Amino acid sequence: MNPFHYSKPDSVQDAVHLAGPASRFIAGGTNLLDLMKENVTRPEHLIDITGLPLREVSETARGGLMIGALVSNADLAWHPLIEQRYPLLSQAILAGASPQLRNMASTGGNLLQRTRCYYFYDASVPCNKREPGSGCPARDGLNRIHAIFGASAQCVATHPSDMCVALAALEAVVHVQGRGGARSIEFADFHRLPGEAPERDNQLADDELITAIELPAAGFADCSHYLKIRDRASYAFALVSVAAALKVVGPIIREARLVLGGVAHKPWRDKAVESWLTGKAPSRETFTAAADTLLQNAEPLEHNAFKVKLARRAIVRALSDAAQGGQPDE
Amino acid sequence: MNNFTQPLGQPLDRVDGQLKVTGQARYAGEFTEEGLLHGSVVSSNIASGRVVRIDASKALALPGVIAIIDHTNRSKIASYDEPYEDADSAEGSPFRPLYNDRVLYSGQPLALVVADNLELARYAGSLVVIEYETAEHQTDLLKLQGEAREAPVDLPKPRGHFQEEFAGAAISLDLNYSTPIEHHNPMEPHASTVLYQGDGSLHIHDKTQGTQNCQSYVQKVFGLEKQHVRIFAAYVGGAFGSGLRPQYQLVLAVMAALSLKRSVRVTLTRQQMFTFGYRPRTLQRLQIGAAANGRLLAIAHTAIGQTSRFEDFTEHVVEWSGMLYHCDNVQLTYKLLPLDVFTPLDMRAPGAALGLIGLECALDEMACALAIDPLQLRLINFAERNQNEDKPYSSKALRECYAQGAKRFGWEQRNAEPRSMRQGRQLVGWGMAGGVWEAMQQKASAKARLDHHGKLTVSSATTDIGTGTYTVMTQIAAQASGVSVKDVTFILGDSSLPTAPLQGGSFTVSSVGTAVQQACEALKEKLLAVARQTSAAFAGVTAEQAVFEEGHLTFGEARVALAALARDSGEEAIEVQVDAEPDKKREAYATATHSAVFVEVLVDEDLGIVKVNRVVSAIAAGRVVNPKMARSQILGGVVWGIGMALHEETQTDHALGRHMNHNLAEYHIPVNADIGDIDVLFVEEHDEIVNALGSKGVGEIGIVGVAAAVANAIYHATGTRVRDFPITLDKLL
Repeated sequence: MNPFHYSKPDSVQDAVHLAGPASRFIAGGTNLLDLMKENVTRPEHLIDITGLPLREVSETARGGLMIGALVSNADLAWHPLIEQRYPLLSQAILAGASPQLRNMASTGGNLLQRTRCYYFYDASVPCNKREPGSGCPARDGLNRIHAIFGASAQCVATHPSDMCVALAALEAVVHVQGRGGARSIEFADFHRLPGEAPERDNQLADDELITAIELPAAGFADCSHYLKIRDRASYAFALVSVAAALKVVGPIIREARLVLGGVAHKPWRDKAVESWLTGKAPSRETFTAAADTLLQNAEPLEHNAFKVKLARRAIVRALSDAAQGGQPDE
Repeated sequence: MNNFTQPLGQPLDRVDGQLKVTGQARYAGEFTEEGLLHGSVVSSNIASGRVVRIDASKALALPGVIAIIDHTNRSKIASYDEPYEDADSAEGSPFRPLYNDRVLYSGQPLALVVADNLELARYAGSLVVIEYETAEHQTDLLKLQGEAREAPVDLPKPRGHFQEEFAGAAISLDLNYSTPIEHHNPMEPHASTVLYQGDGSLHIHDKTQGTQNCQSYVQKVFGLEKQHVRIFAAYVGGAFGSGLRPQYQLVLAVMAALSLKRSVRVTLTRQQMFTFGYRPRTLQRLQIGAAANGRLLAIAHTAIGQTSRFEDFTEHVVEWSGMLYHCDNVQLTYKLLPLDVFTPLDMRAPGAALGLIGLECALDEMACALAIDPLQLRLINFAERNQNEDKPYSSKALRECYAQGAKRFGWEQRNAEPRSMRQGRQLVGWGMAGGVWEAMQQKASAKARLDHHGKLTVSSATTDIGTGTYTVMTQIAAQASGVSVKDVTFILGDSSLPTAPLQGGSFTVSSVGTAVQQACEALKEKLLAVARQTSAAFAGVTAEQAVFEEGHLTFGEARVALAALARDSGEEAIEVQVDAEPDKKREAYATATHSAVFVEVLVDEDLGIVKVNRVVSAIAAGRVVNPKMARSQILGGVVWGIGMALHEETQTDHALGRHMNHNLAEYHIPVNADIGDIDVLFVEEHDEIVNALGSKGVGEIGIVGVAAAVANAIYHATGTRVRDFPITLDKLL
């Protein structure tokens, strides 16, 4: 870990004025401190934002919720309004990390988790995400946990968050504040694909701070399910995860949301498949056809072809469980 | 006998438990003193080649950085192999840290940064620039297996006529299994704190399973007087074999302390815990032939293990296939392939944990092929003798393990057909396997000292790597001396104490326990002698007539406190030291612990997710000194066995020649949520031959066979036979 300056501002304004290319905001530090200890991230300046007034969960005029960026993952998952109106989000958060980590990790920070690619984490080997231009040993190396969608020649990493998969399905909005003012970003646009610049995970400018996540009114509380598949029962990142949410009226799907985690550089949402599901009957055949369509464009690497098969089955399972009311049928 | 509770066999709590849970037990990396310096290791990122230049200028420019030690400026160390050899050395030329410019594996220590504090040392380390001349490397056992050569070991000679019997058998199976590299990863990382004494001698707190092994190593490597090196290891936070050999942080810390004449601590990072010994990858071939009635006619077990270019690490992988079942036609082969990697190292049940995967999975496959129950097949082929050595067993209650384990598990309810049992969405599978481990004994010494207050202190230079050695030695001493448990203190973890072997191989109770027992017996003789001289009531009382219990010597109505005898002796205390050796009567027998493991798995067929729902482990290990400690050993072994089956794998990028998942987020071991019910039972096994305690040790046996039992249960659940471990979910889709 390199030496760094440390500030603890009292206001969002002060925080963003302190920020620059070599600074990092720190809240729970559950990912940043690990990255610093491994010399993966070497900020010159840490701006501790835990003193900022960003810990509220409040109802919006449009019937949704505004979640302060510093609400802990644990508090959010167990918040009565989240459990009641957005069980998909609650399930996704609780599928991630461990109780200790969820107690520390913040809502805003969860969006900024960095990939778990082995090569990214080892500062003594090449990685385009860590050292642009140094190469990507994962593409032809150990890529069992890597992307099957949206990868580039430069990077095949995946985004590790569970919470973000649910937020993408719920069409959350990310509110950010920079020196130039505030703006809001649709969740689907917040994270980016690696392309030619894998060092950039998202659209945030250096001076921009996430202040809140807004959930629209539609929570799909009746028919949603988050399914996470991993190499052990807890404390492991998703090989594949599925956030499935349906609005079923009578025998017909009126609205569908389907987002995959663990398969791309960002939560992987296929709006065409969601549209296709709309108007269909919620049956195994429908779900299988949707899964097949979604996965036909998958581009597996040497060791992660299983993710295609696994994702297909996981989609069918998650949509089926969502249609059953979100409770897995054990 | 009156109401006096015999200490042996009691489920005593750990005598050191309170110190541990209150943070008072100090580990190697926790000792400190004013002015202590901190070292941070800089490691290679190439697997083969040589160091051209190490540029430490930026690091040295930082205030507080004291020194950067590498092969060009290190203090003098021995130049022959012999001084580097230790009590657990492999054949060959042991690794020498910072010896020269050669890079032998990725992760090799190339420099030590010494600074005023740990954070600075680590930061400075990140500024050290190393220029390499890279050479070709090879790290892939699978790819190069054809180049493996015979391992330098004495295997049991082939017996009978394997080829003919295998060819003529009603059923013959030819099966290949593979197991991955696994790293020990004890909770406590390796650390050495070298406290530089005023007279230039070294007091070293080291993470080790053998204080005297490290003492002798440091003394020889650095050319020091023996009395100038003292190694302490009062508490060890798990080791599992990783502390059997002196590790490189010890050499680096001593090097720095000697050249700076200062106290220095070096602690490895979790990532660096993947840069020395490990359980080697193996490729195993099992050829098994059986008659239609289930009699095994032919077994050939071939294993190929990886080793380093500089040492031939060998372990007993295939021997078990010649001893666990009766079979007259056996051929065992063991090969090694040297690669550009560090030398492997014994890891819990070394060899057996691997070889029994091949053997016990193959037995299950044979049972399926013969349509015979897997447990029945094992009973049909029960070995009364160890055919490898052509000796009877000193005791072998494996039949009782099978019977009691099966009963506890409910094995008779099993439907033999794969995929026949379901629970909702889950397929249910029941599998079993047997386990075996040698019951060894080494020479060991112990000292017993009874003071004027009746307090007994017993000591030996062994360690307690979390197994409960402090506690069971206290019980053995109390039982043998007649002093109450509360008045007994056992001291270990100091190289100046009476000689003890490495703590490993499940032989600590057998070896050190025997020494403790004999020391206490000798102490009683001395006490009785004092009693005879000082009290008429005891004159002429023989050792057989004297009763020692609850801190008193009694004979009929006469009763005297042992404390009084200590006072009457005229000495400050009564003290004896003994050297114990394995009894000669062992030589005519084979000695081993056994187990039977029964496993229930639930498999989500669509998603490949496996849950080990239930395990029954039935153990035959002679007399159990402390059922609570012993159960904990078996629980830990079972959990690890589940990890071997499903999770653990060090992943190597062969293009880089480097282990890549070197942290505990990506190197998966089971978490609590992965573990279901584990039921441990110890069957009665009376053994008067193995040692006077009748106790065989339980450190290894708990893990042996577990991975095979899980794999066999997965087959029973799914009908899919996975032979490439670990059985991750992608292999079941």
